[in-house]
Amino acid sequence: MKAAQSGAPLAAALETFGAWFLAILWILPLAYALWAAIHPSAYSARFVLDAPLTLDNFARAWTAAPFARYFLNTFLLVTMILGAQLVLCTLAAYAFARFTFAGREIAFLLVLLQLMIMPDVLIVENYQSMSALGLVDTIPAIGLPYMASAFGIFLLRQTFKTVPRELDEAARVEGAGPLQVLLKVYVPLAKPIYIAYGLVSVSYHWNNFLWPLIITNSVNTRPLTVGLQIFASSDQGIDWSVITAATLMTSAPLLIAFLLFQRQFVQSFMRAGIR
Amino acid sequence: MSPARLRTHLHGWLLLLPAAVLLAAFTYYPAIATVLDSFFSTPRGARPSIFVGLDNYQAMVQDPIFWRALDNNILYSMSTIPLTIALALLMAVWVNGKIAGRPFLRMAFFTPTVLPMIAVANIWVFFYVPGYGLVDQVLGLFGLPAHNWLGNEHTALACLIVVAVWKDAGFFMIFYLAALQQIPPQLREAAALEGAGRWYFFRRVTFPLLMPTTLFVLINAVINSFRLVDHIIVMTRGGPDNATALLLFYIYQVGFKFWDTAYAATLTVVLLALLAMLALGQFLFLDRRIHYQ
Repeated sequence: MKAAQSGAPLAAALETFGAWFLAILWILPLAYALWAAIHPSAYSARFVLDAPLTLDNFARAWTAAPFARYFLNTFLLVTMILGAQLVLCTLAAYAFARFTFAGREIAFLLVLLQLMIMPDVLIVENYQSMSALGLVDTIPAIGLPYMASAFGIFLLRQTFKTVPRELDEAARVEGAGPLQVLLKVYVPLAKPIYIAYGLVSVSYHWNNFLWPLIITNSVNTRPLTVGLQIFASSDQGIDWSVITAATLMTSAPLLIAFLLFQRQFVQSFMRAGIR
Repeated sequence: MSPARLRTHLHGWLLLLPAAVLLAAFTYYPAIATVLDSFFSTPRGARPSIFVGLDNYQAMVQDPIFWRALDNNILYSMSTIPLTIALALLMAVWVNGKIAGRPFLRMAFFTPTVLPMIAVANIWVFFYVPGYGLVDQVLGLFGLPAHNWLGNEHTALACLIVVAVWKDAGFFMIFYLAALQQIPPQLREAAALEGAGRWYFFRRVTFPLLMPTTLFVLINAVINSFRLVDHIIVMTRGGPDNATALLLFYIYQVGFKFWDTAYAATLTVVLLALLAMLALGQFLFLDRRIHYQ
């Protein structure tokens, strides 16, 4: 190692340069969006240091489309999905981890199948189901296909399996029923996994686009992603400043949360990925 | 069966029931209905749906856009996947090492992951605008002429590939980073004592140890390449001349722009078959990593 370090300072410098170059390339779209959003449109493609600053683009974007309503819709959607996922996946994971019942292995394999065949590709039939249920253009219709998440069940099952049986049995000896054991023993011990799963789920559904685009058709149900797309593709002319301001606005909550809690985000994505 | 055992069975199923109902309604039922619907015609107005056998499949085989979309998707997958994985690994090695400005690098690489694809696609559109977009501005500095990147059949798909790689590399970096941190430092020390170079060590020790992660990332990258078409809707709408139509985008177009649901179901069968093959592959090759009991 020593030889490599002192013998090849040029190689090390080149590597640092490469890493920084790539990082700057990676941050460039965001940096550009920020530049265009805080300067008047005349400067959206002219990069001069004395360009005047303005927040006007944000104000114009905010009033040009019902973004407040879109924010509310996305907030409701994400909360509803996460709430349902936490309950459903906890119960199912508990069943798979600690109960022996007929057909358990088959049922578990069927659950895992959803990791491959995700609701994202079943849009045609799911639209027809929602239509038959009279749910088209409602917020629950956006969330329903995602609520029983195979990923969540799998993740929690793996976690519940690491809980020592003794804790479980001790609680049962004290007269706790299965649900009380779940709430008192398993759920508290799995807290980091819940946080990890929550972050992954919220960012996935905050960003989800195709299914919400298909199933919604009014301002009162559209989430931010769909609202942004309609805003950007309608006749805004090519006012990049306003579009980038709207773009930043819709990504801001996640982006700010990420910048503030970087470590937790990265660790959550790691935890959720390594199974 | 004793009452106690019967109760465990019952409890198990009751706990599973809510999730099972939703999975059945929105994953298994639609998957099966897709296959069934592909043998029927699309109901139109007063004409109800009738059994047409393999007609939809015959139409599909003769549909040049279907073949174009499949070709595009294969090209798209074969380019995004290796590029994303190679970059993710490179980023992870950098961020895991003693490089200057590590926190900034990690933040820069990971940020695209938390941004909505739909939002960043809008920004990328600007990069590709002919003439005054950022790409042409930079190329202009070197005296290169303006080019209609997204409007040209030969460059449009490549532009989308760049966006996809940019979006996912940082996400997969995380998994490599986690795996790298689990490699015991003694291995490196031992290799250094033996006089092994860094590249040699990477090739013979690190890379093989990362194999399970690479397989995991590979599966996810393949799924993503068939699942995510948001950027296509924003940037090209499949054009020009279907040069950027991927399979799921074409399904969306047929199902929700042309409202030919039976044909959209037939196309979905192809996509499901591809994903099922992948699932089977994972089941056969990767299963050893996952402990079911």
